[in-house]
Amino acid sequence: MSDEGHRGDARLPGHETDITPSPEPHARTEDLPAEPAPEPGTGYNFAYLDEGTKRMIRRAILKAIAIPGYQVPFASREMPMPYGWGTGGVQVTAAILGRSDVLKVIDQGSDDTTNAVSIRAFFARTAGVAVTTRTAEATVIQTRHRIPERPLAEGQVLVYQVPIPEPLRFLEPRETETRQLHALAEYGLMHVKLYEDIARHGHIATTYAYPVEVAGRYVMDPSPTPKFDNPKMDDCPALQLFGAGREKRIYAVPPHTRVRSLDFEDHPFRVQHFAEPCALCAARGVYLDEVLLDDAGRRMFVCSDTDHCEERRAAGHRGEGA
Amino acid sequence: MALAPGLRDPVHDAQRVFRAVMDALARPGRVQALTLTLSPPAPLTPELAALALTLADADAPLWLDAPLSASPEVAAFLRFHTGAPVVADPGQAAFALVSDPARCPDFAEFAQGTPAYPDRSATLVLALDRLGEDGRLVLEGPGIRGRAHLSAAPLPPDCAARLAANHARFPLGIDLLLAAPGRLAGLPRSTRVTEA
Repeated sequence: MSDEGHRGDARLPGHETDITPSPEPHARTEDLPAEPAPEPGTGYNFAYLDEGTKRMIRRAILKAIAIPGYQVPFASREMPMPYGWGTGGVQVTAAILGRSDVLKVIDQGSDDTTNAVSIRAFFARTAGVAVTTRTAEATVIQTRHRIPERPLAEGQVLVYQVPIPEPLRFLEPRETETRQLHALAEYGLMHVKLYEDIARHGHIATTYAYPVEVAGRYVMDPSPTPKFDNPKMDDCPALQLFGAGREKRIYAVPPHTRVRSLDFEDHPFRVQHFAEPCALCAARGVYLDEVLLDDAGRRMFVCSDTDHCEERRAAGHRGEGA
Repeated sequence: MALAPGLRDPVHDAQRVFRAVMDALARPGRVQALTLTLSPPAPLTPELAALALTLADADAPLWLDAPLSASPEVAAFLRFHTGAPVVADPGQAAFALVSDPARCPDFAEFAQGTPAYPDRSATLVLALDRLGEDGRLVLEGPGIRGRAHLSAAPLPPDCAARLAANHARFPLGIDLLLAAPGRLAGLPRSTRVTEA
């Protein structure tokens, strides 16, 4: 059966309007069918997880939003994919997803790599939700290590897959100690680490998973996104949720929240710059991937965000390699 | 008396209620629509009932204020539909349902979390008559672009001072959900509240 057919079966007439204001909340009961509709992908609950698990994850998400940047422990479940394939993000997405959502999944900016395709197919099958590759159309975007180039909008939710949620983990391996450091807002270790970068390399050499301070309190790992994307997290109109499945942590950045990349007065935070534009769409000021073309070392640089690149090419932009 | 039914479509109704709660806490001062078909026993309002049925279970105990705990039907309804323990000590509750906000106990009586685990703290759900995006309460903080305004009634008489004290304890503290008929707003501990 096609995804289209699943979606058609799952929707009740007039059901999506339940949440809109109505002067008489009780008056519409008789209009609605008595039984809930059968779910797509029969045999699974909507979006795979059972309702008890969703409640537990939802409670963790609410506390994560109330305490921006703080890592809330949660009882991460085994998912039908291995740890490291985005089980944290998948559980967060499953807990928030509704029938009217439109889901986009990206892996290093790309909609068409294995991880992105299989997670998108997973939710199309277990939840019957509409899926898209277009950033502008999506209500929920699950991401592995990029933030889309197109600015996010109010009402969108960005769900990050996180491998190691603890920014201090490689400096202090004991969880009991890192908890204390966060409780005391004692982040000197992190500044020492950045300083040692400067002492060795002359500049801050951290290029991804670059630590940020959220709302002036907690230091947070933005997941292994390139530091190029850090400025997009600051004052972002979309809600940002982070799920780490193996490490069993959920954290969040509410919309319009100050997210500051750690730095020093004499070594201010800077993002990567690319000398050449995208070889396919000629975009500048975007994050580029290096693509090897042959054994002789020829290469080209193209947009990491495939949707952004395709939209630009559809609008007539052409790079030198197109 | 027969037990009143719970959410008509437990999976999707709970998801919609949760998204309204999530948006309310993520965007303090923005009033979310929350229309429901629940008819729980009085004085439990449909909004309080919906939030309890969506979020409480055996792992998340409920605390009921005096008017709610005076009604055996309310406790029976919540126990049956959520399976959550109903606790007498406010410090043990994950969610507190308050039908009479003017007599809400001091926020400090509820679980505040610990410095290492500030998430182990209560969420208070207040049943209000009115809720609007204009009014004397001025909100600033995460989730708010610049400033937001909120009017809410009835509230405890010293509510602004209580909210200021709650915010001063950040990252400890409680989080508030304000539920008027068909409307929902959130006041997480991260929000600075002043009176204009």
